[in-house]
Amino acid sequence: MDKNKLGGHYLEKYNEELESLRNRVLAMGGLVESQVIDAVNALVAADVRLADQVIKNDARVNSLEVIIDEQCAEILARHQPAASDLRFIISIVKTITDLERIGDQAEKVARMAVHLAEKDRPKNQYADVQSLGERVARLVHEALDAFARMDVEVALAVAREDANVDREYESVMRQHITYMMEDPRTITRALDVIWALRALERIGDHARNMCEYVIYLVKGKDVRHVSLEEMERAARGETPGEE
Amino acid sequence: MDGMTTMTEQNTMTHGVTAGLFENTERKRLRLADETIALEVQDLNLYYGEAQALKRISMKVAAKRVTAFIGPSGCGKSTLLRCFNRMNDLVDACRIEGKILLEGDDIYDRKVDVAELRRRVGMVFQKPNPFPKSIYENVAYGLRLQGVRDRKVLDEVVERSLRGAALWDEVKDRLHQNAFGLSGGQQQRLVIARAIAIEPEVILLDEPASALDPISTAKIEELIYELKKEYTILIVTHNMQQAARVSDYTAYMYLGEMIEYGDTMTLFTNPRKKATEDYITGRYG
Repeated sequence: MDKNKLGGHYLEKYNEELESLRNRVLAMGGLVESQVIDAVNALVAADVRLADQVIKNDARVNSLEVIIDEQCAEILARHQPAASDLRFIISIVKTITDLERIGDQAEKVARMAVHLAEKDRPKNQYADVQSLGERVARLVHEALDAFARMDVEVALAVAREDANVDREYESVMRQHITYMMEDPRTITRALDVIWALRALERIGDHARNMCEYVIYLVKGKDVRHVSLEEMERAARGETPGEE
Repeated sequence: MDGMTTMTEQNTMTHGVTAGLFENTERKRLRLADETIALEVQDLNLYYGEAQALKRISMKVAAKRVTAFIGPSGCGKSTLLRCFNRMNDLVDACRIEGKILLEGDDIYDRKVDVAELRRRVGMVFQKPNPFPKSIYENVAYGLRLQGVRDRKVLDEVVERSLRGAALWDEVKDRLHQNAFGLSGGQQQRLVIARAIAIEPEVILLDEPASALDPISTAKIEELIYELKKEYTILIVTHNMQQAARVSDYTAYMYLGEMIEYGDTMTLFTNPRKKATEDYITGRYG
């Protein structure tokens, strides 16, 4: 299934409903992506107003999840989709769950931003949060891109990059543990930073999940809970939906 | 503690329930290679005069499974279904090449007794076709043709067949009334009872529910689940959701060719061929 394959049904209304559903998922994705960026910026710049806005916006993310779920239920009930259309609906139902959780994690980062704004800034000016934050925001962007273009290669690239994010997270965590041991007065601040870093790392995992659904959507293969190598093999295997 | 269970008890109960759920974590797709084969079509061509209606069809049909044939009008699915009990013999200018093996024997062999073949391979049509007789006599008809006279035997077979067709409870008090008094759905189940009374091996269903309302349709589908425990079932249907619901294997046909044939689950979630995908998703190819 490629991106242009969403249309082509005899029933024009069905084409429109699927297209509108995809657009809404992308709109939700765009909102979630900017939530992540704003939350990270708020933390790094000690911008409490921006952080408050992220916290408030999470309700919009949540309501989009509910609306899209409802739209999926309606398409299932009205059209009984099969094959690639069915996989499209299933992958969306799962994608928006991860998007909503990314939104929750962004909100967590924003709450930490509010806490940290009142505290002394560390010497590195939160460069570690900024670096990891930019990295996972890009992952979210690319995961959405993989979904929008139904691009398996981009999906695989996100999965590989998520492994790098996990490594960066672990090394940053080790640093923070060292700081805390060296100077226990930094512990309260370090704990907040660790919460934020942990939230960012989770965002990367959700982006990877979204890419797994893209592979399911395009190839009809379930690649959850498998290694990166198995995922690549499955994604590059024989192409269904081709003569 | 009266009326309360301890945590340990609760855990054990939960564990008892979930243990069953985790037993089959690997979901198994059906594979023809694992099946007993009831029917095998070998390189079948069928012509109506000059026009070729079936082109080089080869397939194996699993025993005691439901095999569905789907495809647009004129694709040859009903024609193929009628080949399995030689109903096409009745059509003038119909010529058939190739073989269909029923338990290994070619049903198109010259020595085959067609009446006996049709006893082994029963058929139910789109429009219920009860005979203008009582409910009882409709079901007993095949046995009477075979010369069975024993009232006790007939009573037994009629009851067993009507029960098998999930109709007994609805008609047991009016067995001797005319079958035309039954509703369409009941008539269709009566025809199925008549088919199973003579203990066939295979049942061919040609659009068995397309003239029925949703409740009667559901009863027929429920019946199909039951019947496959005893019989090999082949069904032609225009209703793709019905094929998806009742069948184990599905064949998609187009212009006399078998485009794709495989387990129903795969065909409806991840078909191999683009033509199949287009048909089941309602797209123009």
